[in-house]
Amino acid sequence: MFVLIVGAGRVGSAIAKTMLRDGHEVSVVDEDPESISLLERGENSGWEDLGGSFTVGTALEVDALIEAGIERADAFVASTNGDNTNLVIAQIAQRRFNVEKVVVRVLDPLRAGWYREQGLLTVCPTQVAIEMLEAAVREEVG
Amino acid sequence: MYALVVGAGKVGWNLARELIEKGHEITIVESSQRRYATVEEELEHAVQYGDGSELWVLERAGIERADMVIAVTGDDEDNLLICQVAREKYGVERVIARCNNPRNLAHFDLLGVKPAVSATDLILRLIEHEVPKYGLVHLLDLPQERLEIIELEVATGSAADGRMVKDLGLPDGSLVISILREEGGLVPGGDSVIEAGDQVLLVLDMGLEAEVTRRFVPATSEAA
Repeated sequence: MFVLIVGAGRVGSAIAKTMLRDGHEVSVVDEDPESISLLERGENSGWEDLGGSFTVGTALEVDALIEAGIERADAFVASTNGDNTNLVIAQIAQRRFNVEKVVVRVLDPLRAGWYREQGLLTVCPTQVAIEMLEAAVREEVG
Repeated sequence: MYALVVGAGKVGWNLARELIEKGHEITIVESSQRRYATVEEELEHAVQYGDGSELWVLERAGIERADMVIAVTGDDEDNLLICQVAREKYGVERVIARCNNPRNLAHFDLLGVKPAVSATDLILRLIEHEVPKYGLVHLLDLPQERLEIIELEVATGSAADGRMVKDLGLPDGSLVISILREEGGLVPGGDSVIEAGDQVLLVLDMGLEAEVTRRFVPATSEAA
């Protein structure tokens, strides 16, 4: 599988490393050229030596997405630090480039919920945290 | 009309002020505390503090009864999202989005957000009007209708120079709607003669531009 990940922060880079280790082809886009260091942290060789690719570009820049290989991507992960950016590029990946699997990180539960209803596969870390914390509290109190 | 303006930068603030003056009910939403405080001094209760891409902020500002939503923040992603939820979630009939980077216009189109207004694009068009390439100026593009109106300057020695409109051999789907020259403009008939130096306005189906243009430029520049 060829996975394109936009946004190489803590979340994006962790997914990228796991997917690469699992034998998938992984391409990462980030606006900050320095963010490649997150991909290389704890590794003995460079990200590109390990077989990953890295493109510098802002998320809405179609040229950067094409350079990173969006046209042949099987999966697309939108994990920049902006909810709106993620929601926009996910829809671009889905509607314009017909990427089969599109996953979007959205921190705001309300936006995540509505766009999920519209057919986008949104993952809301805030909602997950709320549910886990609630469960933990109930367990303690009994 | 009740209009919701998101973003109280220069564009949003001036827009809100003009709309209020015209008697419309306006709420303007601003996410920067400092900017909010400045604008609030003038617009008072018409301005609300909050991130206009948060649904609860939009709801608090009354998006459900808004006749129009105008998203003019400095972020194209935000403007896109705000207009998309306004239309699709809240059923707002009219939205207007500001597009800061004209390269993003295709994204607005893709998500069905229109009209998207790009100041940069408008200025580029004005420049094109002032410095036309081969005398061709796009006056109006109607992508929905797949029509465009263009203005051409008739070059000396071009196929059109000295020819009657009916003899131009224009393709189907194109029409000369007026000829502008020093003495004034005219709506031509088939017998009207086109002269070098005339400005000719044409309406045409999209895609015919190259075929139409070559009749008005000198034969030598055709390959350029």
